Amino acid sequence: MEQQTIKKKSKVAPLIWGLLFGFIFGFLLQKGGATKYNIILGQLLLKDFTVLKIMLSAVVTGMIGIYFMKALGWIELHPKTGSVGKSVVGGLIFGIGFAVLGYCPGTIVGAVGNGYLDALFGGVVGILLGTWLFALVYPKLKGKFLKIGNFGTMTLPELLKVNAWIVIVPLAIIIILFLRWIESAGL
Amino acid sequence: MSWLTEVSWSPYAVGFGIGILSWFTFLISKKPIGCSTAFARTSGMIEMIFRGKKVENKLYYQEFRPVVDWEWMLVLGVVFGSLVSSLISGDFVLEWIPSLWAGVFGVNPFLRVIVAIIGGIFLGFSARWAGGCTSGHGISGTLQLTISSWVSAICFFIGGIITAMIIYNVLG
Repeated sequence: MEQQTIKKKSKVAPLIWGLLFGFIFGFLLQKGGATKYNIILGQLLLKDFTVLKIMLSAVVTGMIGIYFMKALGWIELHPKTGSVGKSVVGGLIFGIGFAVLGYCPGTIVGAVGNGYLDALFGGVVGILLGTWLFALVYPKLKGKFLKIGNFGTMTLPELLKVNAWIVIVPLAIIIILFLRWIESAGL
Repeated sequence: MSWLTEVSWSPYAVGFGIGILSWFTFLISKKPIGCSTAFARTSGMIEMIFRGKKVENKLYYQEFRPVVDWEWMLVLGVVFGSLVSSLISGDFVLEWIPSLWAGVFGVNPFLRVIVAIIGGIFLGFSARWAGGCTSGHGISGTLQLTISSWVSAICFFIGGIITAMIIYNVLG
């Protein structure tokens, strides 16, 4: 009986953590304005750099902490696989959807919470249809087109065969200089 | 605590917060933040309503089972987080048409919803093609310095910038 409750707990606890982390993520996205069509299109039209400011400062903060915890042995990385066929072609089509919809899969659920009805009745329906269509064609692409120019789960330090901090420190400096330049240009 | 009810925060404060949040998702849940897989799982769940168990035999749904998992709950949490944030700051508004869109393409909600559905189809299809979206690749993948994620994220923006320029500078 006791063991059963422990087993049940261990199944439910991760879901509760997911909900909590999602709540914070959604709260932050809304406070940053990333749940808004105008902000996202402003970024893609290169008139308002809010989205890149959020993303790049998250990347700098995140990578320092993640690689620090990895060095301590507290965490493992979860790199995704990619290839030219998968990442370049998929990424460019994503860009079309990104601009036509004006939200992305994460910010659109934030947009729903923010009250935007084009997100709820348009975007969410479309994304569900799109993922369903991909599941239909997936057997034809898997191991074929999606493997062309494969680079697997490789990371930049692995590619360059250097210590991770040799990449992290210059990258953080480049991102910070880029953000300062954006600010000085008044964008 | 008045900062909690402000309409917006500095994008750098928000980015810093998301970066720290990612430390905790790795540490506690052993998972990076991502959103598009949850849509794929949901599409499978909806298909199961119509076609039942045999949906689970489809190759894609064998790899991404149509069930509620950590990431699905994360996506649900985003709705509530944004809802609470916008409610307490007075920024919540029921709106069909974004003002930028309305200024160029008018206030017909039907047109906006149709275009949003088409955009969504492209987005959902290609997020699963690329194996991630603006959060999974754009934030979580790039901060791990994964090559696939840097390539994907850069392509998201190249495709997005070209398309947005065409929509607003050529069509609009």
